[in-house]
Amino acid sequence: MDLLDFARGPAIEFSLAVFVLGTIWRLAAVLLLPRRGDLSKAREGAPSRVSGAMGTVFRRMWPNKAFIHRTIFTTLNSYVFHLGLAIVVFGFVPHIQFIHGLFGVSWPGLPTNFIYGVGVITLVSLFAALARRLFHPVGRLLSGVSDYISWFMTAAPVLTGLLATSHLGARYETLLAIHILSVAAFFIWFPFGKLMHAFLFVFSRGATGARFSHRGVNV
Amino acid sequence: MNEHVTAISKRRDETLGDALSRQGISRRAFLKYSAYLASIMALPPSAAKVMAEGLAKARRQAVIWLSFQECTGCTESLTRSFSPSLEDLIFDFISLDYHHTLQAASGEAAEAARRQSMEENKGKYIVIVDGSVPMADGGIYSMIAGQTNIDILAETVENAAAVIAVGTCAAFGGLPFANPNPTGAVPVSDLVKNKPVINIPGCPPIPEAMAGTIAHFLAFGKIPELDDLGRPRSFFGETIHDRCYRRPFYDRGMFAKSFDDEGAREGWCLYEVGCKGPVTYNACATLKWNGGVSFPIQSGHGCLGCSEPNFWDRGSFYKPLSASTAAPGKTIAAAAAAGAALGAGAAMLARSRRNAHLKKD
Repeated sequence: MDLLDFARGPAIEFSLAVFVLGTIWRLAAVLLLPRRGDLSKAREGAPSRVSGAMGTVFRRMWPNKAFIHRTIFTTLNSYVFHLGLAIVVFGFVPHIQFIHGLFGVSWPGLPTNFIYGVGVITLVSLFAALARRLFHPVGRLLSGVSDYISWFMTAAPVLTGLLATSHLGARYETLLAIHILSVAAFFIWFPFGKLMHAFLFVFSRGATGARFSHRGVNV
Repeated sequence: MNEHVTAISKRRDETLGDALSRQGISRRAFLKYSAYLASIMALPPSAAKVMAEGLAKARRQAVIWLSFQECTGCTESLTRSFSPSLEDLIFDFISLDYHHTLQAASGEAAEAARRQSMEENKGKYIVIVDGSVPMADGGIYSMIAGQTNIDILAETVENAAAVIAVGTCAAFGGLPFANPNPTGAVPVSDLVKNKPVINIPGCPPIPEAMAGTIAHFLAFGKIPELDDLGRPRSFFGETIHDRCYRRPFYDRGMFAKSFDDEGAREGWCLYEVGCKGPVTYNACATLKWNGGVSFPIQSGHGCLGCSEPNFWDRGSFYKPLSASTAAPGKTIAAAAAAGAALGAGAAMLARSRRNAHLKKD
C-alpha cells in the first residue's frame, strides 16, 4: 500500500470516525447539559425565546456599528476566508465527488481555474488572519497553542490542495496523498479545537439571544 | 543445409545498416526513424544522428524472452504492429532466440536453444520477461519443462547484460499479484538484484516504449534514464492527464457523468467516471495505439492506471480519484453511537454533580 492508497483508504476512514465521534460527543455533552429555567416574567413586548435566539444568530454576523471601525479588517478578512473555504470545499468537482462517495449526494461544480483563484485568495486571507493574530497585541495575548494549531489545520489543506492542483513541489500522486492526509488531520483536530465553532456558534449565539431577548434586549 | 547455416551466420554478423540496405530501406528513411525514436525518448535533436550511427553499426542482439504468469497480451501488443514498419525491422534485427509463443521449436529443442544462446552470448544477451513469478509452495504454480519460473529466471539472468520486465505483471506483479495473491506472485525486480532491470509496465505496454528502449540499448550500449520505479523516463515521465486532449475540460470543470451522456459524447473529462489519468505515468495520450489511431480515453473509457503498481487493488476503476476507497458507513455509524454515548455520559455526570451541589446547599 502506497501513501495515496493509505490516504484514500484507512486514513480518511479513521479521521472521519474521529470527526463524527468527537463532534457528536461535544454537541451531546453541551446540549444535554442541565439548564436552570428562567422563572422571571418576560419583558413586555419581548420576542419569543426562539425568535430572539434566531435574531442574534444572524445579527452577530456583522459587528455592532459601535465596534465596526475597530473590527472591520477582522470581519471582512474572516468573510473572505470563510466564503473562500466554502467555495473551494463545496464547489470543486473532486471534493463534490468525495462527498458523493460518502453520502450519495452531489451538485454541479465550478470551473477548476476559478476554484484555483479562490483558493489562492483564501490562502492569502488565512495568512493575513495569522499575521493579525501574531502582530496585534490583543490578538497575540488572547491566542494560545490551540488557536495556532487550528489555523494550521485549516491552512494546510488549502495550501496542499493548491500545490496538488498546480503539480508544484512533488509528483501529483504524492501531493494528492499529502492533501488528503492534511484533510484527515483537519477532521481529527476539528472536534477538539476551536474549529468546533462551525457547529457551536449557532447554539452559543442562540443561547445568548434567547436569554437577552427575554429581558427585552437585542444583542 | 550448410548453405542455410552459413546464411544464418552471415545474418548474425551483419550490422543493422547492412540489413536495412539489403531490405531496400534508404539512409534518409532510417535517419527519419532514428529522429522519431530520439524525439519520443525526449533526447536532444543531436542525439538522432548519434542514435542512427550507433544503430547502423549495431549487430544482431541476442534476446531471450521468458513468459511466466501472464496472458500473452504483451506479446500480442508488441508483435501485432499496425503495418510493416521500421519497428518490425528493429525486431527482425534482434535475434529472438527463445520465445514460447513465437518460436518454431518446442519441448527439449526450445530449452536447448535457450541454453545455446546463453552460452554463445555470455554477458551480452538481453532477457525480456513478461509475467510475474509465483513463489508460493516452491513456485509450482508455473513451471516450464519441469523447471519452476524461479529457477529458469535465476539460470537465465546469471550471464545477461540487462533484464527488461515487459508488462505490469513482470514489472510490478500485475493481476497475479492482486489481493489475495494465491500464487505468491512477485515482480522480476524482487528476484533480480545484480543486473540492471528496466520496467516497461502497461497492460499491455506500448510497442514504441519497447522498441525505443531496445534501440537505445543498441545505439548507446547502456540503459536509458529510469524513474524511481525503474521505468524509462522518456515514456513514463508524464501523467496521462497532463497530456490528455480532454484536459481543457477538466480545467473548465466539464465532466462526463456517465459513459453515454451528452458530456461523454462531447468528449468531456472522464474524471468523475473514475479516470486514473492524473496518477498514471505512461505515454498513451501521446503515442497512442494501433499506429497512433486512439487510446482508451479517446475511445470513451477512463484510464485504469494499468502502468502503476497495484492498479488492480486501488479501489474501483469507476470511482473518482478523490473519493475514498473505504466504505466507512459502519465505522461512522459506530463512531456516532459512541460519540452520543460519551456526550450523554458527560451530561449525566454534570447533572449528578449539580444535584450533589444543590443537596449540599
